[in-house]
Amino acid sequence: MPLLRIEGVAKSFGNFRAVDQLSLDIRAGEFFALLGPSGCGKTTLLRMLAGFETPDEGRILLGGSDIAQVLPHERPVNMMFQNYALFPHLSVRDNIAFGLRRAGMARKDIATRVAEMLALVKLEGLEKRKPDQLSGGQRQRVALARSLARRPQVLLLDEPLAALDKKLRESTQGELMELQRRLGMTFIIVTHDQEEAMTMAGRIGVMDAGRLVQVATPRNLYEAPASRWIAEFVGDINLFNGQVAARENGRLTVSTAEAGPLAVSELWPPVTKELVSVAIRPEKVKLSRRAPASDAGLSQTINRLAGVVTDVNYLGGVTSYRVKLETGAMVRSSMANTARLDVDAYLAGQRVVAWFTADDCLVLEQ
Amino acid sequence: MAHAATRLTRFNMTSLALGLAFLYLPIVILVIYSFNASRLVTVWGGWSLRWYHEFFSDRAMLDAAWMSLSVAAVSATLATLLGTLAAVGLARGERFRGRALFSGMLYSPLVMPEVISGLSLLLLFVALNAERGFWTVTIAHTTLTMCFVTVVVQSRLATLDRSLEEAAMDLGCDPVRAFLLVTLPLIVPAIVAGWMLAFTLSLDDVVIASFTTGPGSATLPIRIYSEVRLGVKPEINAICTLVIALIAVIIVVASFASKLSSARGESAAPL
Repeated sequence: MPLLRIEGVAKSFGNFRAVDQLSLDIRAGEFFALLGPSGCGKTTLLRMLAGFETPDEGRILLGGSDIAQVLPHERPVNMMFQNYALFPHLSVRDNIAFGLRRAGMARKDIATRVAEMLALVKLEGLEKRKPDQLSGGQRQRVALARSLARRPQVLLLDEPLAALDKKLRESTQGELMELQRRLGMTFIIVTHDQEEAMTMAGRIGVMDAGRLVQVATPRNLYEAPASRWIAEFVGDINLFNGQVAARENGRLTVSTAEAGPLAVSELWPPVTKELVSVAIRPEKVKLSRRAPASDAGLSQTINRLAGVVTDVNYLGGVTSYRVKLETGAMVRSSMANTARLDVDAYLAGQRVVAWFTADDCLVLEQ
Repeated sequence: MAHAATRLTRFNMTSLALGLAFLYLPIVILVIYSFNASRLVTVWGGWSLRWYHEFFSDRAMLDAAWMSLSVAAVSATLATLLGTLAAVGLARGERFRGRALFSGMLYSPLVMPEVISGLSLLLLFVALNAERGFWTVTIAHTTLTMCFVTVVVQSRLATLDRSLEEAAMDLGCDPVRAFLLVTLPLIVPAIVAGWMLAFTLSLDDVVIASFTTGPGSATLPIRIYSEVRLGVKPEINAICTLVIALIAVIIVVASFASKLSSARGESAAPL
């Protein structure tokens, strides 16, 4: 039995179906991310877990009992708000102690727990400050300490890092992961930032239009997206529409208008439709001055596309190229800059061959 | 630079001085003449506290002042209570049927001519056969000033983040305790400002009070008004000076209260 089971939950606001027949299991001790574009229903789902919204249908089982109709203050669940929602009239200490006082904890225990929480988020010495005397990063830590103080069974985090700048966000991501591992707590985070979700979460649930479209580990989400929409939403991708022309021994040949016939390895479960898209991530497209002579050296089928480099974007760690094929279609390729001197760099206007293996391709139904 | 733009030029100084003089010269003259020893209002006869003595030994005038102050205090308190409840209901309640109508009706005393409010209240009290006096004036003033409290408190609530109350509930408060422990402390400055606004409005009112009061229970403005019709006595100047002093104190306290609320990181209640 998972710690949290969401069963056929639905929620509408007027005619708008914010969450639509959604089911999901979350294990104890898991770091789970809900990822999706704005308006996909991820925040509504989180608010239903916190108790601020009541589902129209379905059940939310926490440790086996249905909490869908339980009021927020009676749930063993705490939430960290996007704007932190610190009480402006209370000091850091009183903010953290707020939930403990409501739980009727003894004064001595409260003092101990507050000190423990301050140490956990590295805010010792700031307990007398008011929220408006803190920096953004410090406020974020107070909010975290306050939501962790009651030791909830599940901690819900609503875009917890959205208000921080990039550097601080990255270091805080690491601290959150470390904290979650140390406390062994279940974290559910809502984010629209896929890099954040991939960095922190063990599993990611991608939402679109109120539905959960895929639940997978970051690697599987990226390398084996369940649909064309997910492939395009998570990371960059080249897509070629075409038709299945031949099928043998787990290998498909797809004839595309833009890139000619492409050899791809078939995934499991196999595609059933004839109209498909071949998808290939830019970092899996290599560029060469000449096409690799034969497939023998790589012991697998290679797709070669001849074209001309049109754009070169040097981004530090990688360089991203756009190559115009003879059909007029564009292919994106990104290559790691593994050497300091640019002996391998290509220039705009140069004739190149973009190539990739059949195994690196994905076949997605249109 | 902002400094250059805000520096007082000769022109700005002159226009500021003229503006302030236009507003405050009559009051300054009134205050000075309240210390006049002469019996004639317009003739200066040297400094004296004579008219203050006169006022403090004028039983009828003192009764009227006491009546005004108690009406203002009681009606302001009632108006603050009801006005705050209405503001919370409008700002935080679920969208109930007739909400727009309710809020429109709540604000109608803001624009309703006082003569009409006064007359309609008088008709009501006559119809109810209520003895007119302290309570009728108090009730009338409560209905007049409650909407001002609602405006002040509601605008404060509108700037408060809803997620503060949600955070309180998330941390173990039922909705009532969330309101008492988080919302109320944050809107107290607005409530104080609303009370003071209601108090001064009630203290100031002549029209509604004269419709709804009965014989032998005149408020200070009514009393002054009837005295002035028989000719201005310098005693009136003394009373007015005291009223001005009281209102000045209230305004200073109220602006401190709203400063306090803006120091808490939220925008201040308009005053």
